[in-house]
Amino acid sequence: MELTDKHHPLARRPFEQDRETTRPLLARPGSEASFLFLARFIIASALLVLLVLVGSVVYDGFSRLSLSFLTSFPSRKAENAGILAAWTGSAWLLFLTIIFALPLGVGAAVYLEEYAKKSRATRLIELCIANLAGVPSVIYGLLGLQVFVRALSFERSVLSGSLTLALLVLPIIIMASREALRTVPKGYREGALALGATRWQTTWTQVLPVALPGIATGCILAFSRAIGETAPLITLGALTYVAQVPDSMFAPFTALPIQAFNWLSRPQPEFHVNAAAAITVLLSFMIALNLIAMVLRSKFQRRQR
Amino acid sequence: MTRNSRKALRIKEKIIELLLSLCSSVSVLTTLGIIAVLSIESIFFFREVSLTQLFFDTEWTPLFLDKHFGIWPLIAGTILTSAIALALSVPAGLVIAVYVSEFAHERTRAFLKPILELLAGIPTIVYGYFALLVITPALQIIFPEMGSFNALSAGIAMGVMILPMMASLSEDAIYTVPKSLREGAYALGASKLQMILGAVLPGAVGGITAAVILSAARAVGETMIVAIAAGQQPLFHFNPLQPVETMTAYIVQVSLGDTPHGTLEYHTLFAVAMMLFLLTMVLNIVSLRIGERFKRMYR
Amino acid sequence: MQSTTVSDVQTTTGDTTARASSHEVKIEIRDVELFYGSYQALHGINLAIPAGQVTAFIGPSGCGKSTLLRSINRMNDLIDGVTIRGSIQIDGHDIYAPGVDLIELRKRVGMVFQKSNPFPKSIFDNVAYGPRIHGITNREALEEIVSKSLTRADLWREVRDRLYSSALDLSGGQQQRLCIARALAVNPDVLLMDEPASALDPRSTSKIEDLIGELRSDYTIVIVTHNMQQAARVSDSTAFFYEGQLIEHGATKQLFTKPREKQTEDYITGRFG
Repeated sequence: MELTDKHHPLARRPFEQDRETTRPLLARPGSEASFLFLARFIIASALLVLLVLVGSVVYDGFSRLSLSFLTSFPSRKAENAGILAAWTGSAWLLFLTIIFALPLGVGAAVYLEEYAKKSRATRLIELCIANLAGVPSVIYGLLGLQVFVRALSFERSVLSGSLTLALLVLPIIIMASREALRTVPKGYREGALALGATRWQTTWTQVLPVALPGIATGCILAFSRAIGETAPLITLGALTYVAQVPDSMFAPFTALPIQAFNWLSRPQPEFHVNAAAAITVLLSFMIALNLIAMVLRSKFQRRQR
Repeated sequence: MTRNSRKALRIKEKIIELLLSLCSSVSVLTTLGIIAVLSIESIFFFREVSLTQLFFDTEWTPLFLDKHFGIWPLIAGTILTSAIALALSVPAGLVIAVYVSEFAHERTRAFLKPILELLAGIPTIVYGYFALLVITPALQIIFPEMGSFNALSAGIAMGVMILPMMASLSEDAIYTVPKSLREGAYALGASKLQMILGAVLPGAVGGITAAVILSAARAVGETMIVAIAAGQQPLFHFNPLQPVETMTAYIVQVSLGDTPHGTLEYHTLFAVAMMLFLLTMVLNIVSLRIGERFKRMYR
Repeated sequence: MQSTTVSDVQTTTGDTTARASSHEVKIEIRDVELFYGSYQALHGINLAIPAGQVTAFIGPSGCGKSTLLRSINRMNDLIDGVTIRGSIQIDGHDIYAPGVDLIELRKRVGMVFQKSNPFPKSIFDNVAYGPRIHGITNREALEEIVSKSLTRADLWREVRDRLYSSALDLSGGQQQRLCIARALAVNPDVLLMDEPASALDPRSTSKIEDLIGELRSDYTIVIVTHNMQQAARVSDSTAFFYEGQLIEHGATKQLFTKPREKQTEDYITGRFG
């Protein structure tokens, strides 16, 4: 077909002619409408799944929530079983994990962003962090098992558990904190240094306060994830039948997700209800954490204005 | 400032810098620790089980009397569940990414981002619950022969869990493609979809590939969803309607049991963990490399 | 279709025999005003661009020449908050009329950008992209179009042996010629060039200028340039813009030797801009 033939696709045609029906598939307006429909359908489905996901768990477990549930220990009879050991264990874990991971993570981020120069050593550290972020959580559990439980003889205690979780979330904290530090304008640092402040003075008084909201958000997300982790604690050997509230960091422990997993693994549906209730408590924990994060973030941002 | 106090300040600065550098060295120590722990214990394993047994046997029964150490059932389980998860999350994630970056208003984007983050932040045990007690019964209506533990439900739940990550990383990749490429396509008379398919997506292919590989690594390393819903029977097959056991689920299974420390069964834990670690590490490194090359392309 | 004639236009620079020629008006720009939000970028532009010639838009940066150029293929539609008034007619048809097929418009009005923007694909796929999106799928047809376009853009000999290698491996000048070939492949009748050689070295620049000379008889070319010597070398007529207004438009030779407006003279002699 020649270009002069008016049916040739590249022939020069008047602008007003309606060629919509003869265009290739992707050029027709119907195609764009179909794609938009598909995209919105997928998003709506994702939303629906989210609702059902959380809704089904809460719906199943809500009836089981009661004061006795929160203050009893696990038992062989589903109606007597409670999560006292589990939620106190989770609380201890969260507290200790924050103590270990926060200074280490923010410290490492500060070092990498404010102090370190580009060298083979820093490149190696960054490579390690990037890799560690992708290591499955079970493997952290095995690490904790051999190093904390066995080699350092901390046994299967809250200490071992929180140290393991701290290592797990460390890469996330470091990466989020570095991002936050990067958003601080260079001018703040240069201004302080030019006035004779030391590197640490500059960091502590000028950089960290500005980066704090971002760091806090990243940390909250990391710790929120930490209390939902089950696999590394199981691998550590956290006992699933623990009938005591941890009284020190060397005490054995259980945690909400572990208790839920234990109940979920049983065939009786009454235990499944218990699991749903435990998960509901866990989710409430996490929502509370995230709300605290939001409050903290807005408080810090307001202070900066 | 006196000379002495200046000296003290300098010493204090040095100490602080040292402490901070120690913080960052923790990550190197952790990596070394993981490699050391897995290697040492795996050596114990390989003293008794040869590589041929590991790779040429097709049964995995280390906890039974008749012991087989072929790792393929576990690998097959991991691959099957991960493949299902990726089959769900990669196309859906790409569609969402294209929609958010090319079509959606600011309002929609602001609304969508927290929802996706929420989806990603839900503990995996909730997904496991969902897979076992909601997806499986629902699917059993369509497939009556489906087992109460099966790969499909776990794979679907994993796919939903990975979806936000895939969508977010792909969107970043698409965002990196410069406006000039889009304008070039429009100037030739392309429609919006033609522009996206012909100029934007090919331009973003490096970042998208990195996103897919990273999502695959995440799926491979996932534990709780498969431990709860996929089953703990290391059968070697690729039937999504039947139970499988993944490498991660096996580790959990042994940890839950009372396998004595120092036995061969105990060391299987670490051999499997070593394979898992190597697999995810390779995937992560490849993804990082491709991602870095992609980012450099548009500098 | 009415054709209006533009008198007193000399066809080639340096040619002293004046040809009393009547050229059809290809593009008629009438009372065009353009706003970015509330900022007015173009004020009442009236301009007739003759067919089969090279017209240059010159002026200091920010004077609106690129904005006007981009209005001719409606690329400004892609920017949020742009309003345009007036009319732009190509061959007598208003391209801003409702019901105008943008895809057809951009097929007939091609554009080459300041910084070359080849797709991250092979050389072949870059040139074939245009024909493909307009519906040509036959392999032989595509190969013929690609070779013809690359020949027209004076690039064929350099790339004929590596048609399937990445376009990004080409040099800057080659990439720009590739973009020209890409634009030619969809059979346009107008070519808009937005400072096509400003990012190139002198040797590549003269290659592009030679190319424009070769293409002029088959296409209507409008070129935006901040390089006055380039405008003098390459174009048949020139339009001088300043702060969103058309100050003067006429035969290149005349505008550069005996400009009518003082502002034009000041700009050409380098007193500003």
